[in-house]
Amino acid sequence: MSTTAELLKGAAELFPDEVVTQAHVRHFDLPKGAGRFALITLDNGLDHTKPTTFGPQSLANLNAAIDQVEKEAADGEIVGVGITGKPFIFAVGADLKGVELLKKHEHALAIGKGGHEVFKRLSALAVPTFAYYNGAAMGGGVEVGLHCSYRTVSKAPPAFSLPEVFLGLVPGWGGCTLLPNLIGADKAVSVIIENSLNQNKQLKGQQVFELGIADAIFEGADFLEQSLLWTADVLKGDIEVVRPVIDRGDAWDQAVARGKFIADSKVHGAAPAAYRALDIIAAAKNGDLQQGYDAEDTALADLIMGGELRAGIYAFNLVQKRAKRPAGAPDKSLARPVTKVGVVGAGLMASQLALLFLRRLEVPVVLTDIDQERVDKGVGYVHAEIDKLLGKGRINQDKANRLKALVSGVLDKAEGFSDADFIIEAVFEEIGVKQQVFAEVEAVAPAHAILATNTSSLSVSEMASKLRHPERVVGFHFFNPVAVLPLLEIVRGEKTDDASLATAFGVAKKLKKTAVLVKDAPAFVVNRILTRFMGEIQNVIDEGTPVEVAEKAVEPLGLPMSPLVLLELVGPAIGLHVSETLHGAFPDRFKVSPNLKAVVEAGKRGFYVYDSGKPELDPEVAALLKQGDTVLTEEQVRARVLDAVAQEIGLMLDDGVVAEAQDIDLCLITGAGWPFHLGGITPYLDREGVSERVNGKRFLAPGVASVPA
Amino acid sequence: MPRTVRDVVFVDGVRTPFGKAGPKGIYHETRADDLVVKAIRELLRRNPGLDPAKIDEVAIAATTQIGDQGLTIGRTAGILAGLPQSVPGYSIDRMCAGALTAVTTTAGSIAFGAYDAVIAGGVEHMGRHPMGEGVDPNPRFVSEKLVDESALFMGMTAENLHDRYPHITKQRADEYAVRSQEKAAKAYANGKIQADLVPISVRRTNAEAGETGWGLVTADEPMRPGTTLENLANLKTPFRTHGRVTAGNAAGLNDGATASIIASEDFARENNLPVKMRLVSYAFAGVEPEVMGYGPIPATEKALAKAGLSIEDINLFEINEAFAVQVLAFLDHYGIADDDERVNQYGGAIAFGHPLASSGVRLMTQLARQFEEQPQVRYGLTTMCVGFGMGATVIWENPHFDGGSK
Repeated sequence: MSTTAELLKGAAELFPDEVVTQAHVRHFDLPKGAGRFALITLDNGLDHTKPTTFGPQSLANLNAAIDQVEKEAADGEIVGVGITGKPFIFAVGADLKGVELLKKHEHALAIGKGGHEVFKRLSALAVPTFAYYNGAAMGGGVEVGLHCSYRTVSKAPPAFSLPEVFLGLVPGWGGCTLLPNLIGADKAVSVIIENSLNQNKQLKGQQVFELGIADAIFEGADFLEQSLLWTADVLKGDIEVVRPVIDRGDAWDQAVARGKFIADSKVHGAAPAAYRALDIIAAAKNGDLQQGYDAEDTALADLIMGGELRAGIYAFNLVQKRAKRPAGAPDKSLARPVTKVGVVGAGLMASQLALLFLRRLEVPVVLTDIDQERVDKGVGYVHAEIDKLLGKGRINQDKANRLKALVSGVLDKAEGFSDADFIIEAVFEEIGVKQQVFAEVEAVAPAHAILATNTSSLSVSEMASKLRHPERVVGFHFFNPVAVLPLLEIVRGEKTDDASLATAFGVAKKLKKTAVLVKDAPAFVVNRILTRFMGEIQNVIDEGTPVEVAEKAVEPLGLPMSPLVLLELVGPAIGLHVSETLHGAFPDRFKVSPNLKAVVEAGKRGFYVYDSGKPELDPEVAALLKQGDTVLTEEQVRARVLDAVAQEIGLMLDDGVVAEAQDIDLCLITGAGWPFHLGGITPYLDREGVSERVNGKRFLAPGVASVPA
Repeated sequence: MPRTVRDVVFVDGVRTPFGKAGPKGIYHETRADDLVVKAIRELLRRNPGLDPAKIDEVAIAATTQIGDQGLTIGRTAGILAGLPQSVPGYSIDRMCAGALTAVTTTAGSIAFGAYDAVIAGGVEHMGRHPMGEGVDPNPRFVSEKLVDESALFMGMTAENLHDRYPHITKQRADEYAVRSQEKAAKAYANGKIQADLVPISVRRTNAEAGETGWGLVTADEPMRPGTTLENLANLKTPFRTHGRVTAGNAAGLNDGATASIIASEDFARENNLPVKMRLVSYAFAGVEPEVMGYGPIPATEKALAKAGLSIEDINLFEINEAFAVQVLAFLDHYGIADDDERVNQYGGAIAFGHPLASSGVRLMTQLARQFEEQPQVRYGLTTMCVGFGMGATVIWENPHFDGGSK
């Protein structure tokens, strides 16, 4: 047994539940008399909904297939070797489940080395090798092809990416080293760094070809046939593959610098993966592949044993799996059909909601408001947005006609809502107003209609309390911008029944939102945590810490934006309103900042001015601030803020606001854009010891979002 | 409105390699529609002068029009092949003469002026759609003795034809079959067949059928080069005890697809498309369903009469070899020797296979090659027998005809 085989056998024993990919070897004569060919098909034996992955046994299978073709190539029995995938899937990389199980650095190192040892044999065969990217190719799937002499790609839209950095890894089976040597450092940085950090953007076949990753592109209908004909031409010398010369001069260094700039702007140095990948890309300039592979092995092992990757995988599983099966949601068979939607209010939020329901549900949507002008404005907004979609080619004229015909506005709620199944209100955030609106709606709506509220901080139970049928009221809390942020907090009031809740979850699924079931507690999940977080920042500023110090204190978290920039996005007035609500509920933990109040009263929309192109404290705001004389360091500020967040989450879990810490994290990732490397936040709080310090225990068991004990 | 009938030409034809039907066959895990789609795409690649938007029709034949051969396969195959949505399509069925009928029906429309250029072809995946799948014959056929029960079973009709012509012995049929295999092997060796084949990628997940994974098919699977009379002598006669029809002197059960471009001659010339054959006449005829193999004779009589030609004018024959006895009956009728070199020069369905509704275009593609090589020949014909007692014949003129200088 070779050392590679031994290495993989050891790894396979650690991962008994691997979904094993077979590497089938099949021989045939190429067209045009080009000779006998061996084609390896990667196939896990399941359909395309279970993409092919590489775990240790899968790599061992590929290794065995290469043993076979290596001998045939050496003996002159074949003229070339190809590798392709099952229908619709090439291969989507390492099996993350296996990575989660790894406990020791040496085992993590074995995974990196195992992949390299197998893949690089493809480039050492006595005959040329060809990868045919027939379908989805990610990570190790892309990399196995990079070790081949030539590549073709299908024009049929496969997802194609090196998503490792997105998760917290580096493309460590040759990607960081081979890709820049194939297509140049700048394009490699785009694929490895920029796309990964841009919400894991995927490449289309045409881009794979244009980037120079693939040497030829063919349509999906006869992709493999055309690839093999092309192979025959290449082998016979009828087609010569010419690749552009790579700039190994300053352009290489500039590309790496660009990558650093992108990484800084996205993760602010808080997650190591992008920087480790850039280091390897930088070193790959000299073209020494083995040196690059060794660096990849070390980086992979370090990252696999680090908390950021574990949090990243945890976060990935939350948004991929938990988001699809909301914890605590009632049986979906209880859900009632929704064939018409009413929206109370025709302001901007209401209009955005109308547009979302219209596009996703494609049922009639009726807006109402207190005067015709507002109604017309609301419908006008929806029409204008439909026209924008049409202009961008996102929908065709027929669809635009259909959608416009489905939206209407009326003054009379009885006329609009008498046959609506789901009515959502987005009126002024005041409990009396909302109670009044629901009473009016209940008077005219069908008995089965769901009454939903988009309130961000008021009590759903209280809102329902004056109704004859409070059991049909649910909270349906969206996040701004509604079209972008996936989170929808679904709030169960005291009397909400299962059928109403099931209907709400059914609607959420059709809206393609990530629904999380939340108890009717003040400000629910995201706003409560963000307000506690911001409140603590505000507190230290009020007490005397300079604004810049307070802002910089949380930079190491790598949040999408600084606290005060976020406040500006939310709007200081709304921030103040939510903090007042929470102050009312929990006065000992939530203060109302006099400085924030002053800023709002002065009519300021934020703390910063951007005249220089960078945010600078607005002198008018600076003049308003009345600070104490307690000046904290960044470390002190950070500790206070994180302690506050840990405390708040602990209290929320004790109170049963959500089922588990996982739901808190899912909310923060999908509703506030908190990053994968924090795993939302609780893995980070556990990792930094904050949870233990504040609550005396971790939020998550070791191994859930961390290296198992 | 005054109307001029237009000349119709066979521009080009291709086919997939033919496979053996069944779990071990090369196409067992390949869809029928994918076969015909790949044939259409190859045809378009070979004829870049044909703007796909100018294709007026896609006529695809299949005998069993359900599943992956259903859903109006002419239309679906066009879309799947990437033809513009503006190109319409439909399905054709005349059992074994499906593709041939796709050609003649669209040719008639071209002559009439309804179309300029079409795709015509056929497909039969007899592994996925065994003969007789889903059929529901009217009980009156039997109760009123409209046909004998044997009419539904093609092998039995072949035995019936042997009964009718006792001088066509099993020995003669076997000798004919051996020659067919020899000629086919020779045609392969001389590269006469491969040029019109579309390579097909095939997946295999069943290890009992051979190496698994993706493979590429570039040759006909049913071929049995080196077949001898001795090999054939002791084969079973599945349709009748002590019968004469065996798996050796009949075409097998096969999977495959064909496609051709048929156009008006003017259109072909204007668009610089090849003109491989010119349509002279065509005819279909019905015979007793119990001896359907006799069908090509009256069909040929009709086609000759319409063309004003006699059998002596025909110097190349492509006869579908559903059964050797049916070819021999035809040859006997016209007094042509069993081994006449004008007949099935490249061998026939006994060697290549006969995926029912696809075969007609295979005959044409082979005749077109022979025309090109033999400019001294002016006329040739393609003919086949059809289930339920029919025959189909198309007479073609060689556009390369040099005036018969030989």
